[in-house]
Amino acid sequence: MEKNIPTIRQAMEAKGYSRRDFLLFCGLATAAAGLELSGLAQVVQAFETKARPPVVWLHFQECTCCSESFIRSTHPIVADIIFDTLSLDYTETLLAAAGAQAEKCRDDTIKNNQGKYILLVEGSIPLGNEGYCMIGGKSAEQILKEAAAGAAAVIAWGSCASTGCVQAASPNPTTATPIKKIINKPVINVPGCPPIAEVMTGIVTHILLFGKMPELDSQGRPKEFYSRRVHDTCYRRPYYDAGLFVEAWDDEAARKGYCLYKMGCKGPTTYNACSVTKWNGNLSYPIQSGHGCIGCSEAGFWDNGPFYQHLGAFPGFGIESTADTIGVTAAAVTAGGIALHALTSNLRKRKLIEKNKEESVVVAPISEETDKKEVVETEKGGDEDGKSSS
Amino acid sequence: MARVVVDPVTRIEGHLRIEAVVEGGKIKDAFSSGTMVRGIEKILKGRDPRDAWAFVERVCGVCTTVHALASVRAVEDAIKISVPKNAELVRNIMFCTQYVHDHVVHFYHLHALDWVDVVSALSADPQATSDLAKSISNYPKSSPGYFSDLQKRLKAFVDSGQLGIFANGYWGHPAFKLPKEANLLAVAHYLEALEWQKEIVKIHAIFGGKNPHPNYLVGGVPCSFNLEEVNAINTEKLNLVGKLIKDAMNFVEQVYIPDLMAIAGFYKDWAAIGGGLSNYLAYGDLPTQGYGNIESFKFPRGAILNRDLSKVYEVNGKDENEIKEYIAHSWYKYSVGDEQGLHPWKGETEFNFTGPKPPFDQLNVESKYSWLKTPRWKDNPMEVGPLARMLVGYGRGSQEIKEVVDEALKKLDVPVTALFSTLGRTAARGLETRLTVRWLKGFYDDLINNLKSGEVSTFTREKWEPTTWATECEGVGLTEAPRGALAHWIRIKERKIDNYQLVVPSTWNASPRDFKGQRSSYEEALIGTPVAKDGEPLEIIRTIHSFDPCLACAVHLYDPDGNIVHQITVE
Repeated sequence: MEKNIPTIRQAMEAKGYSRRDFLLFCGLATAAAGLELSGLAQVVQAFETKARPPVVWLHFQECTCCSESFIRSTHPIVADIIFDTLSLDYTETLLAAAGAQAEKCRDDTIKNNQGKYILLVEGSIPLGNEGYCMIGGKSAEQILKEAAAGAAAVIAWGSCASTGCVQAASPNPTTATPIKKIINKPVINVPGCPPIAEVMTGIVTHILLFGKMPELDSQGRPKEFYSRRVHDTCYRRPYYDAGLFVEAWDDEAARKGYCLYKMGCKGPTTYNACSVTKWNGNLSYPIQSGHGCIGCSEAGFWDNGPFYQHLGAFPGFGIESTADTIGVTAAAVTAGGIALHALTSNLRKRKLIEKNKEESVVVAPISEETDKKEVVETEKGGDEDGKSSS
Repeated sequence: MARVVVDPVTRIEGHLRIEAVVEGGKIKDAFSSGTMVRGIEKILKGRDPRDAWAFVERVCGVCTTVHALASVRAVEDAIKISVPKNAELVRNIMFCTQYVHDHVVHFYHLHALDWVDVVSALSADPQATSDLAKSISNYPKSSPGYFSDLQKRLKAFVDSGQLGIFANGYWGHPAFKLPKEANLLAVAHYLEALEWQKEIVKIHAIFGGKNPHPNYLVGGVPCSFNLEEVNAINTEKLNLVGKLIKDAMNFVEQVYIPDLMAIAGFYKDWAAIGGGLSNYLAYGDLPTQGYGNIESFKFPRGAILNRDLSKVYEVNGKDENEIKEYIAHSWYKYSVGDEQGLHPWKGETEFNFTGPKPPFDQLNVESKYSWLKTPRWKDNPMEVGPLARMLVGYGRGSQEIKEVVDEALKKLDVPVTALFSTLGRTAARGLETRLTVRWLKGFYDDLINNLKSGEVSTFTREKWEPTTWATECEGVGLTEAPRGALAHWIRIKERKIDNYQLVVPSTWNASPRDFKGQRSSYEEALIGTPVAKDGEPLEIIRTIHSFDPCLACAVHLYDPDGNIVHQITVE
């Protein structure tokens, strides 16, 4: 019966990849796993003989929102992943077996697939005391280290595993620690509370579809989903540029869907796919439903401030200096050019919007800082074309 | 006597360990332990009370939204505001959506594999399965070809030798009683439910931007309505909500309820197993005339003692003599002594891990053995959850609740006492799903009517600025999570959180013994449960899953005096 089910190699060949491509894929998988080159043959064999890569999904200090998000995936749907794509050999959320039989699933998968299984981790590790998180009488740290040692690749699901998330917020009573600080391996970080379902399934299927690991930024996040600020891809961005802001919840501006920046939206400092990939089958995202972004994919976001205090109100940051300097990371694409463009076109766009749409209400006043910058830019005589060429 | 250890208990939220003493094929004693702690309440201290909902929502991603709701209510109670009608309706729609999603996912993905033998489904006759399906429901996916295709897919999966989530399951266990065809039907609906569940939560995405963890707001809801605007909730979005509700009603009535009743029919012996405690507590929820009007709740509030449905007691979350938490067997210590109980407003906590150093084989159950505290109502251990809600509603004389309960008892041909059991708990969850999906439609219709009347407001603005608040104030937010009675207590000082506490459903149900040695729900319900095969805890997880455990919710700490939490080094 096994012959009827395509192995990864067969699946890749069916998609037009050559034997050489397959070996390249295995090499990249090996590199990502941090294995010596001598381990290459083992990895090649693993993906040639197994129909579906074995997966171990561990749960530590978390709320299971990542698992819940994962099963919301609309493309691919999770039943297809479980049946056709991966062999989900251990996950406490869905496993039929419990107790000793469940632990056997985990231990056998690790033992029988050394260097060949994918490790997915949901949750942080409490280093304050081994007693703060125990499964089957073992500490979280021990379980993670044992599982990571033989893994071909390690993915940190969500902000808990990537950056510590809510339990790591000040004063971090349990010393909740992200997994990359504990295991001696490269980790693909997939932050978010939770991450978007299709981002999660997109990352695990990326390897199988394209025969290589996704490109990562300096924080270990796949560029495919974390290279853009929510602010720069937000459909409400034109209102920001035009200085049209929500000033109070459910005011007339809110009912027109203007920019939530002044309500504390953290879109300008948050790298995530929310405003493009959106949530729950491309349906909406927090800003679209009227609440600002709380920045849940950024490290330490719980301590970045009251959620309803707008960024410009933080000491040292003006409107665009905030937006364009806080969020910059070494590897991520910055959007300074867009900001310049935005400033020069603010007044023009605002006029256009006001002209084209019958405004029966008072338009929200733009912030002082924006006003000043606009004046400066206007005085300089910059226009859209001039700026974009400078 | 053998000590059976089940750790991890899988198909739940969080980290739960059960140690059971088995004698003569039955459980003689049991110990329930929550084995993970995070300290969310400690983290809340000093923060903006308007932010609290987002922190506490992350207490649980399975029952997402319920903690956010309890939190905004606690703050609104403290600063003395009520929310506009539209906000109440949107919150009720979010609430019912959560119930319908959570209960269906629990039944198929967390509980069904305790009753359904997947391997047996491989040898079912697709034609007979089709006949069975058509005999219990008019759900359209019921052809022999449909079941035949599914069976082939399942067979290929099993033949691959990679059994994934089904590996090491208890297949062939003598406690499995379903005919092969019922097993195949249930496996088919496991997959159907998995596909459907991602649809119903779109209602959360429309009003709250995403699921899991949609957005809430103190004073109302963050979304705005505008029937002249594409940038707000408009007719198109409302139509989508209406369509999703219609699909949900169909799924519940055509798939979930027929499956539940069919499976229950083969397991009537479980109507005499797992009854556990005889006290039930429900805070009630789903206000129809404002949260202050308890009489208007769809789920009534009250407490029942000794299974006497003729008397339902009043419950007051603010009365410091009613709800108290004990720590005699919990890894904490109280300054007033570990034998004392404290009302959440006077609560205190210091970590005090005295358990064995991992790795270990057994807990010392004579001493402290869990990260859960032990809540009591007037010093009584109480069961909370769907069964408690149905019983309190029944006792209060709610016609809607009486109707669905009586209809099910009649259909299964069992007496009312059958409710006090593992099966009764699982059935009650299905029955209240029938109600909540109907109510979901009702609240949606009310919302449309309210918008039609020209009322679009979703937010109460007057007390948004903390400068308008009293220097010191306190509030309670009560709700019913899918798993049972949930309450948050907040104390606000100088516009910051001075103290924040949660007493959650799984703390009531999964907690260790109290200072008197009284067992809580899980431990009591396991007494007398049969264990047919040594080393295979199928019957144990059946009863435990009937409560729908949610352990991340259940464990937390708070420290009102700002004391440094001591970390006890384990020898």
